[in-house]
Parts: sequence; structure tokens; C-alpha cells
Amino acid sequence: MTKVAPRKSDSLRSDLKVVADMVATEARVLDVGCGDGALLDYLIRHRGVDGRGIELSQAGVNACVSQGLSVVQGDADTDLGYYPEGAFDYVVLSQTLQATHKPRSVLLELQRISRFAIVSFPNFGHWQCRWQLLRRGRMPVTDSLTEPWYETANIHLCTITDFFALCRDLGISVDRAVALRRDGSAKIVGNNVRIANFFGAQAVFLLS
Amino acid sequence: MDGQKSVRLGVKKPLRLDCGVELGPFSVAYRTSGKLNKDKSNAILVCHALTGDQYFIGPHPTTGRPGWWEPMVGPGKPLDTDRFFIICANVLGGCIGTTGPTDINAATGKPYGLRFPVITIADMVRAQALLLDELGISDLFCVTGGSMGGMQALQWAASYPERVFSAVPIATAARHTAQNIAFHEVGRQAIMADPDWHGGDYQQHGTRPVRGLAVARMAAHITYLSEAALHRKFGRELQDRKALSYGFDADFQVESYLRHQGITFVDRFDANSYLYITRAMDYFDLAAEHGGVLANAFHGIRTRFCLFSFTSDWLFPTNESKDIVRALNAAAADVSFVEIETDKGHDAFLLDEPEFHATLAGFLDGAADHRGSSRSATK
Repeated sequence: MTKVAPRKSDSLRSDLKVVADMVATEARVLDVGCGDGALLDYLIRHRGVDGRGIELSQAGVNACVSQGLSVVQGDADTDLGYYPEGAFDYVVLSQTLQATHKPRSVLLELQRISRFAIVSFPNFGHWQCRWQLLRRGRMPVTDSLTEPWYETANIHLCTITDFFALCRDLGISVDRAVALRRDGSAKIVGNNVRIANFFGAQAVFLLS
Repeated sequence: MDGQKSVRLGVKKPLRLDCGVELGPFSVAYRTSGKLNKDKSNAILVCHALTGDQYFIGPHPTTGRPGWWEPMVGPGKPLDTDRFFIICANVLGGCIGTTGPTDINAATGKPYGLRFPVITIADMVRAQALLLDELGISDLFCVTGGSMGGMQALQWAASYPERVFSAVPIATAARHTAQNIAFHEVGRQAIMADPDWHGGDYQQHGTRPVRGLAVARMAAHITYLSEAALHRKFGRELQDRKALSYGFDADFQVESYLRHQGITFVDRFDANSYLYITRAMDYFDLAAEHGGVLANAFHGIRTRFCLFSFTSDWLFPTNESKDIVRALNAAAADVSFVEIETDKGHDAFLLDEPEFHATLAGFLDGAADHRGSSRSATK
């Protein structure tokens, strides 16, 4: 039988590459906000995972399904509740948390349905954001925050420090945190969260 | 396409129907296309809708028209007959070769009429399972169908999960809604109100309730379309005239179209079969068989699902598909769901909808890939 046309899965976006490196092989993975399915496709091909996706836009869903990926149309805020407890080994929420209505309950849902959660988001504490606010007094527009305030879907932006604090409040353990700099280089967030919060344009957290 | 085939089933042991009656022996008429491969792993069962039949590829013997799923099935099409072995059987209670109310009741020597037992979607699926046994096909690569065909696909997955590798229920629901039952009741009452119906014994009276059946079809046909599609096709255009006739002829094109739909339908369909099959759809409620919780119907299932709905389908709207998707998620099943943007209403599943076809083909490719890798993994 004919094979699905392979996509250029090795040219994975740098933040998705960091996410992918956190996933164990042959795990059960749910990618929430999977877009065109690039990460799912990569994980299935390179990690042999049993992968599913949820995507808000119907165009994204259709693109994924026509590639042979298992994806449903859905919303992180409302649809995670339908999954049973412990259904997955990893739930990935990449660049989506800041666009949800209730990030707190979304995080708790991720904990409920999966052993690990991998969450990535743009870091509002990055020096560029601080500088643009301080110097120009305007909402930042950067490589990670590309839309002006009136266009953006991001309604719950946070900093790396904020996110650590929320995890602590919710009793979620941070197994690993990675800060991505503008050039795409990834640095493990160690004890010095302040440095990571200043230089990290994006962050990827592995939670359990 | 191979010719019309028919098998006698339930010969040694009758089929026990949901209503409690034992039926057997009975005939199932079916057609196939493509070639069954050596390990019998490429079979796809196509389930037809209420007024469909086994002629998914034409020409239809009565109408001479193309098959009802000609855009979908054939060499190089999504249900690719170069790769897959496609089977489609006339449903139990049907009138195109499978045992139904027009057949002779061995007990009385007369046509069954309304003495034919009431059948359900699950009964139709049981009969299909017996057909597959007869063909020596233990499991299906895929079971698919639209509308009532989608109900059968869902029932297949729920009744025989180990025999169904993938399921594609299209424009369907896990239960018939009150509105859908209501439309069916209008159709049935139209048939029963026809004096030629004779309490269902029209064969003995040498009549056919064609007027009632035509009205039933006209009413139902409206539900298969959408306001937008009707407007696009007909608007308020007049039929073969320049002005209103101030009478009750078919002034409007849409009237003429519907009358044509009604008249041509009665040539190929039996009125009592229409009663029985609409009843089977009305009775369908997959959750009810599982303690009222649809997810229980799919507990632990390994079948890969892909559901489709169409934006302008108001007979089986997207929400009905979403309910199924949620239940499948709750059962942690492998599910995809695609909503196709179209103004063609419920009938869109029969039509040439490029995005629908491309996505379905992609899903089948993915499923084939997956089956290949899971097979090699188990070796």
C-alpha cells in the first residue's frame, strides 16, 4: 500500500525540537493545539509514539487527517475534560497555554489525563519585552510575540518566573525547564531562574 | 465490478433478531469490486443509506444511472479498487435482493407485508457479519458509510470491535433525534394514507402505494439538501412558464424537481421496505444499549476512527458527530474528526467534495501504514 508522503520532519521548529527531545519512545502522546501536525508527525516517525492531536482550526485538522494523523477539532479549554484519567504518557501544549481562557484549569486537566505534561510558551519576561515596554511604553512585538495587541490570540501571557510560581501553587513538579534564546539555542533553567527569565524568548517545561 | 451475488444465510441456525423473532434462512444480495488479497486484509465494507442499495458502482439495473458512491469508489479514488476489496450488501429488510417484506413468508406462502419482523441497525450488521463469515473474511480493514450507513459502521465497531481495524462513520449520529424520527413518521404516514397500501398487503391486491411513497420521498429529500443548495439550484425560478399560473401545477422549478424525485423513486423502492428501514433508524440508539453512556459502547476499542460531518447538514449536524468523538475520547479510542465546509447539506457525502475525498484517502493511507507497522511489530 502507498506510503503517506514524508514531510520535511527534520526541519522541526527549534522549540518543537526541544519538546520532542522530552518525549520517550513509544509513549502515548496527545498534542493539544497540534497545528498542521508537524510535531506529531515527527514524534510518530522518529519516536514511534502513539500520537493523537487536538486542533482548534478546522483547516489544521483537515491537513493533519489527510496526512494520516489522528486529530480532532477541539479546544484546550473545553475538550480535555472528555479524556479519561491517565489516558496518555505525555500531553503537549506547545505555544497554546497563553491563548487559553483558564490556564490554571487547563494545567490541572493536563495533570489528570497524563503522566507528564510538556508546556511551552513565549516568555513575557524576556529582555526585549521589558525594553519595549520600558522605552516605548508599547505592548511588545517580538519574534515570539508577533502580533500587535489587538490581533493576538494571547490573552494570558506570563514570564518564566510566573510559571514556576503557578506550578508551585498547584503542586505540580517541574522535572525540567528549558529556556530558548532568540537564536534558537536551548539552555536548561538551573538555579538561576532570573537569568533564564531575562534571556529566554521562549520556555519549555516538563511537568509531572 | 463483479455481478450481483446472493447468499442464503441463517440456514443451519436462524438469526435471532432484536425483536426476538428468529429469521432464517434468508438471502443477502451484495456486490463487490476490487480483489481480495491473499491474507484477506484489504476488505472494506461499505454500508448503504436508507434508500441506497448494493449498487455503489453502477449502472443501477432499474434506473441505469451510476452507482450511489461512484465519486468515491474506483481505481485511484479514495476507496481505491486497485488496492481494496469493496463489499456492499443490501440491508436486511431491503428490497433489492436481500430478504425483506416483499418476500414470500414460508409459513403462509404469501408476501410478508407487515408480518415481516421489525429489524434494527444491529440486525442489519449481524446479517453482514454472517455474510463476511460466508466469504471467509474474518476482519475488515475498514467499515464505512454515510447516514444510516454510518450508523451501521458505528454498530459494527461496537458489536465486533476485533473485526474492524478502522471505521469511517460519515454524516451520522449515535442515535436518531426526535426531529429525525418526526420526519420519518411523516413519510410513513404518507405511505399508510395511500389507499393502495392496503394495510401493507398491496402485493395481494395488485397495487402499489406509489403516491404515498412518492410524497414520503419528497419530504425526505428536502431534509437531504440545504436551504442554500435549494436556493442556488432553483431560487424562485418558474418551471416552463413565464408567469404564475394561479393554480396548483408545479409553477416553481423546485416543485417540479421534487415531484420528479418522488416519481422516479417509486420505480426502484418498495413502500414496506421504506417503513421497515426508517423504523430501524428510529430505533437506533447506541448509548441506550450500553447503560445510557455512549463511551461504554467503545470501551477498550482498538479500532481507528475517522468521523466526517458537513457544515450545512441539518439532518445529521456536526454536533451529532462531536458527541460520538467525545465518547470515543472518553474511551481513549484513536479518533479523527473532520468537518467539511459545504452548502450541499446531508447529501454532500454522496457528492464530489474534494476536501472530503482527500482527507478520507489520507486517513485510509495512515491506517494502512499503521496496520503495516503493527503487523510487522507483532511478527
